[in-house]
Amino acid sequence: MARVLMKGCEAIAEAAVRAGCRFFAGYPITPQNEIPEYFSRRMPEVGGTFVQGESEVASVNMVYGAASAGTRSMTSSSSPGIALKSEGISYAAAARIPMVYANISRGGPGVGAIQPAQQDYFQATKASGNGGFEMMVLAPSTVQEAVDLTYKAFDYADRDHNPVLILADGVIGTMMEPVELPPMKSDEEVAAIKAAKANWACIGHKLDYANRSWIQPGQWDTKKMQAENEKAAAMYASWEKDIQVEEYQVADAEVVIAAYGISGRIGKSVVDICRAAGKKVGLIRPITVHPFPYAAFDHIDYSVCKAILDVEMSIPAQLVQDVRMGVKERCPIETCLCSGGNIMSREAVLKAVDAILAK
Amino acid sequence: MEKIYSRTKTIQEDKVSGFCPGCMHSTVVKLIGEALEEMNLVEKAVMVTGIGCCGLHMDYIAYDTITAPHGRATAVATGMKRTSPDSLIFTYQGDGDFASIGLGESISAANRGENITVIFINNGIYGMTGGQMAPTTLLGMKASTAPKGRIAEEHGYPMHMCEILNQLTAPAYLVRTSCNTPQNVIKTKNAIKKAFQNQLDGKGFSMVEIVTSCPTNWGLDPLAALDFIEQKMLPEFPLGVIRDR
Repeated sequence: MARVLMKGCEAIAEAAVRAGCRFFAGYPITPQNEIPEYFSRRMPEVGGTFVQGESEVASVNMVYGAASAGTRSMTSSSSPGIALKSEGISYAAAARIPMVYANISRGGPGVGAIQPAQQDYFQATKASGNGGFEMMVLAPSTVQEAVDLTYKAFDYADRDHNPVLILADGVIGTMMEPVELPPMKSDEEVAAIKAAKANWACIGHKLDYANRSWIQPGQWDTKKMQAENEKAAAMYASWEKDIQVEEYQVADAEVVIAAYGISGRIGKSVVDICRAAGKKVGLIRPITVHPFPYAAFDHIDYSVCKAILDVEMSIPAQLVQDVRMGVKERCPIETCLCSGGNIMSREAVLKAVDAILAK
Repeated sequence: MEKIYSRTKTIQEDKVSGFCPGCMHSTVVKLIGEALEEMNLVEKAVMVTGIGCCGLHMDYIAYDTITAPHGRATAVATGMKRTSPDSLIFTYQGDGDFASIGLGESISAANRGENITVIFINNGIYGMTGGQMAPTTLLGMKASTAPKGRIAEEHGYPMHMCEILNQLTAPAYLVRTSCNTPQNVIKTKNAIKKAFQNQLDGKGFSMVEIVTSCPTNWGLDPLAALDFIEQKMLPEFPLGVIRDR
């Protein structure tokens, strides 16, 4: 199939439409405005619905409603807007409602900066709302990967009855790259996906107490609530099989860069430059940042590896805590960080690598 | 003998109501059930409940229901109705839910003219959390967070949601009823049926505001609470059709 040149945000929206997403609600915030704008044009063409909500809170709850009625649904925002959405996300996780949302993250905390950042790692992977629920969190490093992961996210959400987060950043969201788009699901396929949810979706059922739809983001009965959380925990544990990670030139590496998203991509270019100069540098790039690919760090040869270099656009470092759990004190971990909307520079990473190699 | 009245099948016989004695939530839930049955809408019905006492009957009704986050019921209903237009989507919200934390969602859904029905229970108090001041609490009325009573200078005045929404162009039907007398109960049921019919007819946003009692948090017995509605609540919240298009 021919490749087309698309901006990341628009490519994510188109991938969602092709995956059968037929409801989107969102609220303006930079740098993700192209997502709602694209949906506002595209949804009428496919018989879907776009709503500009009065707030992030309202938008995510519209999606919670639409998804509860059986439609593949999505919302998007950027960092402070995602914080506002945490209410609806927690409800969807509690009620086991499949939905997809994207964070085109920017600087923080607070209103932060509108430029790209990776300051939302903890929020995304550890606590995207109250109550200790978990989600699959997919972190693309190219526009193509953003497309592929968004397309797949709807399948994960439906499979697990759980929200799925696309954790991108302002670079992925706003740059243009050639992409190969996934196949468009036919109207029949989209209808079949919705019909398969008819038994649990809140759409009206025959008068029958036992078989009505009762979507509960919580339980009055403490034993039932515990049982629900146990069921959810078992589901989270099943994600081991879904872990995706890029391991690049790791086997003999004296320095292994650990980075995700756009920093992972910059890190990979550093590996290529170093290898061309005869320097043994590798990369571990988590694609699923939750579940996290801890086992990838077992593939490092710690007899030759001098240090892990954690590279992220966040100060303080956040990814480094998961890296630490993967490395298990088998070698030192150093960091190369930037923040505030500043994009990671390849030169800074090269310098950090050289400093480790020179030790 | 011909059976002319029986319990609505939308309420389970083996379940116990979670409502306090004298609470009018029970009355309204019964009226909703009767309206759904009489209009043959049970199989299409989805109730979006708010947070608080308005969720206490989810366990014993027989039609579809979902809990919205506090105040967000009209947003949830928006998503549902837009994607499932053949379902009858109605919200069931208290005054804290609809008029305080959900004010933005409420006004915005009304302003978009969403084709949904809102059943708004106005008893002038937060019930489940223990009698805190609501946006509809009367001046001078004591609440657990207003121990000296509602003071205009400090707390502002009771909010009149029908009249506020009547400033918007889109809403189709705005009505205020009560359940303090048999006549008003009948009027409330008729208003609910009209609001449901409006949704079937695609007329857009309809709201039935129902002035009800909360004997427990008002500190009154159920009969005295009826007098309180008549003497105190209704002068502040006059009954009647505010908008019918």
